[in-house]
Amino acid sequence: MQEFNLKELGKRAIQLLVSLFVLLTVTFVIGRVLPADPVGAIVGELADPAAFEAMRQRLGLDLPLYQQFFLYIKALLHGDLGTAILTGNPVMQDLSTAFPATLELATLAVIISTVVGVPLGMAAAIFRDTLVDRIARVLSLVGHSIPVFWFGIVGLVIFYAGLSWVGGPGRVDTYLEGLVEPKTGLLLIDSLLAGDMEVFWSAVNHIILPACILAYSAMAYITRMTRSFTLEQLNQDYVVAARAKGASSSRIVVGHILPNIAVQLITVLAISYGSLLEGAVVTEIVFSWPGIGQYMTNALMIGDMNAVVAGTLVIGLIFMVLNFLADLAYVLLDPRTREAS
Amino acid sequence: MTEAKMIVQHNALHQGAGRFYRSLQKSIDKLTREPLGMLGFAVLALLILVAIFAPWIAPYSPITQNLPQALQPPSWTHLAGTDEFGRDILSRLIYGARITIQTVLSVTVIVGPVGLIIGVVAGFAGGRTDAILMRATDIVLSFPSLILALAFAAALGAGLGTAIIAISLTGWPPIARLARAEALIVRNTDYVAAARLYGASPLRLLFLYIAPMCIPSVVVRLTMNMAGIILTAAALGFLGLGAQPPSPEWGAMISSGRKFMIDNWWVAVMPGIAILLTSLAFNLVGDALRDLLDPRHARS
Repeated sequence: MQEFNLKELGKRAIQLLVSLFVLLTVTFVIGRVLPADPVGAIVGELADPAAFEAMRQRLGLDLPLYQQFFLYIKALLHGDLGTAILTGNPVMQDLSTAFPATLELATLAVIISTVVGVPLGMAAAIFRDTLVDRIARVLSLVGHSIPVFWFGIVGLVIFYAGLSWVGGPGRVDTYLEGLVEPKTGLLLIDSLLAGDMEVFWSAVNHIILPACILAYSAMAYITRMTRSFTLEQLNQDYVVAARAKGASSSRIVVGHILPNIAVQLITVLAISYGSLLEGAVVTEIVFSWPGIGQYMTNALMIGDMNAVVAGTLVIGLIFMVLNFLADLAYVLLDPRTREAS
Repeated sequence: MTEAKMIVQHNALHQGAGRFYRSLQKSIDKLTREPLGMLGFAVLALLILVAIFAPWIAPYSPITQNLPQALQPPSWTHLAGTDEFGRDILSRLIYGARITIQTVLSVTVIVGPVGLIIGVVAGFAGGRTDAILMRATDIVLSFPSLILALAFAAALGAGLGTAIIAISLTGWPPIARLARAEALIVRNTDYVAAARLYGASPLRLLFLYIAPMCIPSVVVRLTMNMAGIILTAAALGFLGLGAQPPSPEWGAMISSGRKFMIDNWWVAVMPGIAILLTSLAFNLVGDALRDLLDPRHARS
């Protein structure tokens, strides 16, 4: 094992911390400074001045900004994200039930988009300018251009209302809801653990359409990037040498090209995963999927900034950590970024 | 101002303008050989015309309700059907083109100059300024832009203006990165060195000698961004954070059509087709421009 670039690693770690600090500041500004009347939003416009003042003090809004910021960070570190107006629960508790649903959807989507996108991208590069390449190009062009929430509606109209191939909105059929004890929060896994196949198949039936729709937009990006990575490799000497030695095409692709583009692909997949989580937010509304996106949107409607800010924080945090991990993969796995010794 | 200095300046400006027009001319020449790119251009041109002449083109009012005609399927009298208030969907789409173009242009007008200035200053100044500006750019780049736009719009109150600001806030980093890369190249050219020698102030160098050279590639990049802007704006509209009803914003139209999607599919589907075609057109134009300007991406 060679020495990897510790200095580079440290730099990335510091950058992650700075980014996190900026994220905290931005969410603080969004939640506490920008709203014209955060107190009025809670007590209502008709509240008497005494109640208004009491709420102002309870929220700490009479303190100077830097103290408010300090208190905000302190509360966050204690896992206190405030109370959600809509549910009356602590936001943290709401998020911990909503998050697994989003995670399940985005994870399945990233798996589908990888399984389809990577081979398609490689095929497009290898059979360049043939029918395969054209199809891949059109698919990824449309994927880049399609509004994902609208595609979800079209999917529902065709496959649910029209053909009845898939389950409708929600995570399972209504009569099966709450039958399985949530251990991981991921319904597919929970139902398998409980051995309840009826719930499992119902869950599969419900998740498959939103996951495919979500996967399509990510697939567009993954295909495009895989194609250009592979094209770059195809012109390298080692590929020519392998071909000259008589290695079969499939051997060249799996044995030579794939390992060489693996690191770049990991970065692309990490970015896609992040954007899938984001895309899940709008997709969830279409499919009444009880995840963070639906939670945030419901909160939006009634101006509940605690819930909106908390959702932003969670997704922002995951986004940044994914970015960091992608960088990490680069530094750890790519020999070119290793320190010259 | 000495005569020599004036000549240098004149030459530099001339050179800058010349390069700009030559590359533009060449691009347009080559573009005629990119059928898909031309198609994209044609769609966009049509969209702009439709937006400008909306009152003359639209067969009905986009706002006036006509309840007896509610939820009519597409037919010869209503090509795209009618919505739940009996409004002609095609007319609403035609007026909605105005909102879409207004959003795209506003975001571009904000993001372009901001990104250009940040990038050019970073590239020109170098050193600590460069490091700080580029770290800031990286940080904004690592934010989830749609979620952040959503949170901003939620805090500032829904509306087209807030949506535009919210999209712009996270939209400038790619432009800044590109402008910086261009500035790094231009900074070392002879004519900049000559101008520096004749005593041009840093500000003068920055705005008259370096920034103009970065504009062509920034313009291309801005075109490529427009598809993304449309999708984000439509998503914000869909979430109720963009232009408010009864304004015919495409994303908001999908959102209100969603309630009837099972029995009256056209209410939600038609606006989506408009969004898809528009962002597809922008992507085609962006791709064609990139292929033209970057030989590494050119298809053989």
